Amino acid sequence: MAEEFWRWKENRWTSPETTWKGARTVTCGVDVGSVSTQAVIMADGELYAYSNMRTGSSSPESAEKALKWALEGTDLTRDKLAYTVGTGYGRVNVPFANRAITEIACHARGANFMYGPTVRTVLDMGGQDCKAIRCDEKGKVVSFLMNDKCAAGTGRGMEVFSELLQVPIEKVGELSFQVDQEPPPVSSTCVVFAKSEASGLLRAGWPKNKVLAAYCSAMAHRIFTLLERIGVEKDFAITGGIAKNVGVVRRLEHELGLTVATPKVDPQIAGGVGAALFAKTLVEKGKA
Amino acid sequence: MMAVITAGIDMGAKTIKVVLLEDGQKVRARAMELGGTDTRAAGERAFNAALFQAGLRMAEVAHVTATGAGRASAPFAKDSVTEVGAGARGAIFLHPAARTVIDVGAEEGKTLRCDGRGKVIDFAVNEKCAAGAGSFMESMARALEVKLEELGPLALKSGNTIPMNAQCAVFAESEVVTLVHQKHTKEDIAKAVHDAIADRITSMVRKVGFENDVVLIGGVSKNPAFVETMRRNLQTAVNVLPDPEYVGALGAAIVAAENAGVK
Repeated sequence: MAEEFWRWKENRWTSPETTWKGARTVTCGVDVGSVSTQAVIMADGELYAYSNMRTGSSSPESAEKALKWALEGTDLTRDKLAYTVGTGYGRVNVPFANRAITEIACHARGANFMYGPTVRTVLDMGGQDCKAIRCDEKGKVVSFLMNDKCAAGTGRGMEVFSELLQVPIEKVGELSFQVDQEPPPVSSTCVVFAKSEASGLLRAGWPKNKVLAAYCSAMAHRIFTLLERIGVEKDFAITGGIAKNVGVVRRLEHELGLTVATPKVDPQIAGGVGAALFAKTLVEKGKA
Repeated sequence: MMAVITAGIDMGAKTIKVVLLEDGQKVRARAMELGGTDTRAAGERAFNAALFQAGLRMAEVAHVTATGAGRASAPFAKDSVTEVGAGARGAIFLHPAARTVIDVGAEEGKTLRCDGRGKVIDFAVNEKCAAGAGSFMESMARALEVKLEELGPLALKSGNTIPMNAQCAVFAESEVVTLVHQKHTKEDIAKAVHDAIADRITSMVRKVGFENDVVLIGGVSKNPAFVETMRRNLQTAVNVLPDPEYVGALGAAIVAAENAGVK
């Protein structure tokens, strides 16, 4: 099989500090996205373990696999999970979930936990959509804007470029700064046209890094226009795969004139974290 | 009196077309080349091919007018005309009753209304999004693993409607793969693809409004399933002009004749 560049590396994590033993409620959140799936386990509202995997052709199978991997190497078993919430694009297809909650609600709640209660604006950019969310101090959604119609403003655009240039997605950001001077952004909006524009630039002798810089800056600007429409209030956090692309994040910071909150854990798990927190609330309120 | 030869060159996103016209009346020759990396060189090749066909030399061409997205880099051109202007002039020349011209090329979809002299009254252009342009069909043909020219005939064999959720060409490509996995037939999927692009074009046409006769030009109008879907969507007869991809170049050649003083 040909080498694949466009997807983020799979990873899993277990907290060195938190333990599930003695916890009153152990809950799980599963975020089945179009490209990746995360299973997050929380003990009394503290992060215990998570996995971040690729979504396969079947959502139920992907959810199962993600949970299995999150539990791997821990002494926690599935039957100890008090409640599970599914979220994301495939949220209704999580066989072991007790309930499904939209990813907008989950990302806001997850960002509130991961980046702190001062976060008021959350940008979530995943494989096939992009959401700008305004939330309150509890991580409750106040308003949001979403693009899921056009690949240009989603992770998909970056994936196409990573494949075209044969640059692993985790290297895109770093390489995009290895240019003498910031080039003008790729001018085509549509990913299909941007791809032909990029081929033209390569033929004209542009090095890969320069093309990446031009695309990262075009994407940062697309995100900026979405954020401008909803209005950015500090603190500002980014979740989803794009948060790991410094090429887009730094350029967006520059355009907005503010600093983006830095995550301590994988920003792709925010939806799963939010889902696990909703699960905890539901159990505590006796609504489970 | 010697015949006056003029030329129109259409520097499209994908292909370059040249039309040679005699006395602003009669098409003497036409040629097409893929644009490739050096569009100017491709334009010269197309020009030479057309000249050779007509048995003419460059020195015998009185005036060259360029059109198309890349018209600024057209070889030999003395002046230029917009694609919308050229499309209207070419369409009226071939079909004098034309009042609405729909032009779908590789990277653009356009619709215009014009009067009987080919003067443009109103128009709309989509050059931002592949979903309403020929490249959409190319992506879909690739996803279905059929040749571009097979896509239309394949769709005509289907009587089923399966809705496509994705508008974006990039997302639609993944959706087509999903539909294939769900065991939908290639015929049905091809039809869904045509319905999708025709719907995009139709909404643009409705915005500008249309008046009979409606004519189709541009490369995509060679696709019979697209034409059929447009007819169904607009509930009116749509006329595909002969050699539809050359109409812009023809219009430019007509403008060239005027500029050269041919009556």
